[in-house]
Amino acid sequence: MDMKSLYLLVPLAPLVGAMIAGLLCRIIPRWVAHTATIAGVAIAFIASVVIFRDVMAGNTFNGPVYQWLTSGDYSFEVGFLIDQLTVTMMLVVTSVSLMVHIYTIGYMHDDPGYNRFFSYISLFTFSMLMLVMSNNFMQLFFGWEAVGLVSYLLIGFWYTRPTAIFANMKAFLVNRVGDFGFILGIGLVLAHFGTLDYAAVFAKAPSLADTTINLFLDREWATVSLLAATCILLFVGAMGKSAQVPLHVWLPDSMEGPTPISALIHAATMVTAGIFMVARMSPLFELSDTALSFVIVIGSITALFMGFLGIIQNDIKRVVAYSTLSQLGYMTVALGASAYSVAIFHLMTHAFFKALLFLGAGSVIIGMHHDQDIRNMGGLRKYMPITWITSLIGSLALIGTPFFAGFYSKDSIIEAVKFSHIPGAGFAYFAVLAGVFVTAFYSFRMYFLVFHGEERFGKAHHGHDDHHDDDHHHHGLAPGQKPHETPWVVTLPLVLLAIPSVIIGFIAIEPMLFGDYFKGVIHVDAARHPAMAELAHHFHGATAMATHALTTAPFWLAVSGVAVAWFFYLKRPDIPAAIKARVGPIYTLLENKYYFDKFNEAVFAGGARLLGRGLWKGGDAALIDGILVNGSARLVGWIASVVRFFQSGHIYHYAFTMIIGVFVLLTLWVSRV
Amino acid sequence: MSGTPLLSLAVWIPIFAGLVVLATGSDRNAPLARMLALAGAFAGLLVTIPLYTGFDMQTPAMQFVELAPWIPRFNINYHLGVDGISMLFVILNSFITLIVVLAGWQVIDNKVAQYNAGFLIMSGLLNGIFSALDGILFYVFFEASLIPLYLIIGIWGGPNRVYAAIKFFLYTLLGSLLFLVALLYLFINSGGSFSILDWHQLPIPMGAQIWIFLAFLIAFAVKVPMWPVHTWLPDAHVEAPTGGSIVLAAIGLKLGAYGFLRFSLPITPDASHELAGLIVALSLIAVVYIGFVALVQEDMKKLVAYSSIAHMGFVTLGFFMFSALGIEGALVQMISHGFVSGAMFFCIGVMYDRVHSRRIADYGGVVNTMPKFAAFFMLFAMANAGLPATSGFVGEFMVILGAVKYNFWVAFAAASTMIVGAAYTLWMYKRVIFGDIGNHHVAELTDINGREFLILALLAIGTLGMGLYPQPFTEVMHSSVNELLRHIAISKIQ
Repeated sequence: MDMKSLYLLVPLAPLVGAMIAGLLCRIIPRWVAHTATIAGVAIAFIASVVIFRDVMAGNTFNGPVYQWLTSGDYSFEVGFLIDQLTVTMMLVVTSVSLMVHIYTIGYMHDDPGYNRFFSYISLFTFSMLMLVMSNNFMQLFFGWEAVGLVSYLLIGFWYTRPTAIFANMKAFLVNRVGDFGFILGIGLVLAHFGTLDYAAVFAKAPSLADTTINLFLDREWATVSLLAATCILLFVGAMGKSAQVPLHVWLPDSMEGPTPISALIHAATMVTAGIFMVARMSPLFELSDTALSFVIVIGSITALFMGFLGIIQNDIKRVVAYSTLSQLGYMTVALGASAYSVAIFHLMTHAFFKALLFLGAGSVIIGMHHDQDIRNMGGLRKYMPITWITSLIGSLALIGTPFFAGFYSKDSIIEAVKFSHIPGAGFAYFAVLAGVFVTAFYSFRMYFLVFHGEERFGKAHHGHDDHHDDDHHHHGLAPGQKPHETPWVVTLPLVLLAIPSVIIGFIAIEPMLFGDYFKGVIHVDAARHPAMAELAHHFHGATAMATHALTTAPFWLAVSGVAVAWFFYLKRPDIPAAIKARVGPIYTLLENKYYFDKFNEAVFAGGARLLGRGLWKGGDAALIDGILVNGSARLVGWIASVVRFFQSGHIYHYAFTMIIGVFVLLTLWVSRV
Repeated sequence: MSGTPLLSLAVWIPIFAGLVVLATGSDRNAPLARMLALAGAFAGLLVTIPLYTGFDMQTPAMQFVELAPWIPRFNINYHLGVDGISMLFVILNSFITLIVVLAGWQVIDNKVAQYNAGFLIMSGLLNGIFSALDGILFYVFFEASLIPLYLIIGIWGGPNRVYAAIKFFLYTLLGSLLFLVALLYLFINSGGSFSILDWHQLPIPMGAQIWIFLAFLIAFAVKVPMWPVHTWLPDAHVEAPTGGSIVLAAIGLKLGAYGFLRFSLPITPDASHELAGLIVALSLIAVVYIGFVALVQEDMKKLVAYSSIAHMGFVTLGFFMFSALGIEGALVQMISHGFVSGAMFFCIGVMYDRVHSRRIADYGGVVNTMPKFAAFFMLFAMANAGLPATSGFVGEFMVILGAVKYNFWVAFAAASTMIVGAAYTLWMYKRVIFGDIGNHHVAELTDINGREFLILALLAIGTLGMGLYPQPFTEVMHSSVNELLRHIAISKIQ
């Protein structure tokens, strides 16, 4: 098999699996559905490994598969770009997807929508692979929207639940706001570069670095840099997909979906599409400091402020969700600091440990019989040892414990921001440093509440206002009932994900960040953006980096976060309640998630409905139909009624009128003379 | 093959078949009437296939031309022909006719022969519109096609059908009267020719061009329909039977848009450039204003009707940007809208046949009892929202991209449909399909049968096929569109 067929096989194998499981979902038994889809994803994974080795041997590829559309001077193709960045993403996507597929056998065991679920996650894998393998903006947009569609279908997987079908619509629409910017950015690319092919656009970009466009009637103040406008618009798309403030509001609600997809889509892969996209566009972003500043500020706001929200969540999945938001903010900060390879590095390590944390949370949820409230848990380490150890590994990786995967990527981000001179980098440095403490605090708050301390399950539950994973099941443990460890199809993926969560950072940091791995793929203008060069200058090997970290601020911030969490939630559980009472307004602000949702619902959703009703009743019904259309009809009727008055049918009326008419005409004629 | 009068067959086979169906008389022969109608529609579709397979993509000239004198005294000819702009619509119309005959199969049991005959005759007349190259022939087809639709709404329509039918008829008739005046002006000034192709070459002073353009505009704007002459469409759709809505949306709305390309742009290019700003503004109002109106509709058919107006706003916008991307994107949008809006109206019809309500509030949780239907409806809802890999994406993508080059803020306004279009479509879908079973009507629903599956599958193939591989649709347009662009770039003022 030649390499080109192998490239095609990677997305098509999951697609075939999805079609088998989806189109025949009512006919085939469950084992066929999961075998077909797992086989499809496994083939994609193995093919990706082969392609990875081939790329390592120096064989990259950039070419079309078929011509999608031509129009005028423009040509749009479906095609693949296979390079180091692509193949990294392919490995991450297919490996996490494979783990999630296996895990799903256990997690969705009792669900009537079993086959449909497998079809969706395989379809997602196909879409995501099309996105990352694309060699042009059109196909990127296709993959971009297709993953959004599958995300929509999966958040609303339990379609009878009002919260789920609200959340999925919200997710789709908020993403569409991002896509609105994205497509305008793509439009600017096409209008000024004449093509949507990456290679051609990147090659032409430097020559357009000083081009300006005018946005308003040729006024001077409305003249902006073409590349700044393009990059910011493209980044608006990334803000939707990668849930950056203020377009982050959909991600916490997406937890309404089954846990496997929270791991796959809303933590490991889809939400990182925006990060990937900006890294892919590094030759464009490098040319606009304005855009990079915008990116770094948005990222740091997300990293810090979304972390705060993780502290007060009681739903196990929502804690992890806010943690994901915060970590996506870290990646975005790295992009803004021109440390694209660091962003991709963190994307990769995060994919493994966050998928692990989500699947661990899912395992806890199974063990707790679908109770998700961490206030009802405690002491689970005795009953679920594998879940406990793997979740601990995931948490340690997340908070950046030296030698763990997350340490290398997160510390590199912090260092890169320190060396960045882009406007906004100062604030970003503060945000990512403070974020370290916050991350450690909320992660270990959850960890201690779930796995340690008093066993709070099997008692009367806390208020059930929080969200639950599945209405089809009974909720929580009955009094006296104990949690249980989950079956091997669930724990095996946990173990397999725990391994890279520990070691991948140590192995990959040197080649990915400081070697030639991304050479020719990610472009950094070292003269203007020296962060990566400085980082390399200070790097003396992975071991030295870890030991050196023991003397730096981030490490001690993380340690103190863990310590405070331990003190508050294990040692003195009365303190959090006391603090809560003291800082009422702040707590209310956090509890309402900074009022983003309420604002959006009142202003955007409410405003749109109000406007629609006004235009409909006032414009269409009253003005156009009421006055113009029916008014014309009434006018015709009125004229007719007036005319009817003259047509009385009596001869003497007509004769009288005629005489008057003749008299008037004669008078006029006479007086003119 | 070249000797076969394919276009005449495409026009007259459905009309002849319609007359045969009509001859079966009363509803005692309804099964026979249905079979004959199906055969006629199928034969009508078959004869249009060679139009594509035998089409010469290299030439912008008219193909499959037929020319015979009709009323020699006024130099009126029976003159047919298609180019890359019109050819696909003949095929689309013949395809939709087949869908419509199938859609009414078990549903219409009152005056079956007349119903089917109406659609077949209308199909022939519509093919006539897309292939007529003589002004009067076009006008005759254009006006005659109103009559079957008027009857279909007026006889098989809903409770308020008479108001809707008359509103529809008067609105469109009023528009086309000015069109006739313009045709007569052109006849006189071209030295006695009714040939549309002759008129394309006719020099016209600016003042006259403006008046002709405005006369054309009123006629075509009503048909498209453009804001603010659109209010007949929601009423007509709401009252029309499912088949009537499908044809009206899939083909009826394309007549006005086609008129812009065949008449306005090539005959009055200078006026078109002069007044392009007006059309662009009206198009954007259609996209934005109508999008918000669609959002708050409580009747599903009205919602899709408003969504059609918004989608047609993209078509007129695309035309008046005077770029290949714009015009071809608009043409793609027209064909796509034929599949997608036809499918949307059919989906609503499927539910209406069972529950006898079009109100969104009367549904909820349909997926529980109709999962297969819900899957199809999801596909078409997504196509309506312009999701990539569906045909709905291609036209919007091309027009938005073309618009960025034309004017950034025009593109900005047009692209807002990405959000609003998704909002009204998905919000309706959520309220109708998702959720717990809303009431006992929904609980008693039965999923789609084989006939309904077939119709939805055919439309799904069209929607997905065009989304995944639009090239076969656009490559036949290139020569004609490029020629049109070249033509309208040259002033006709002497």
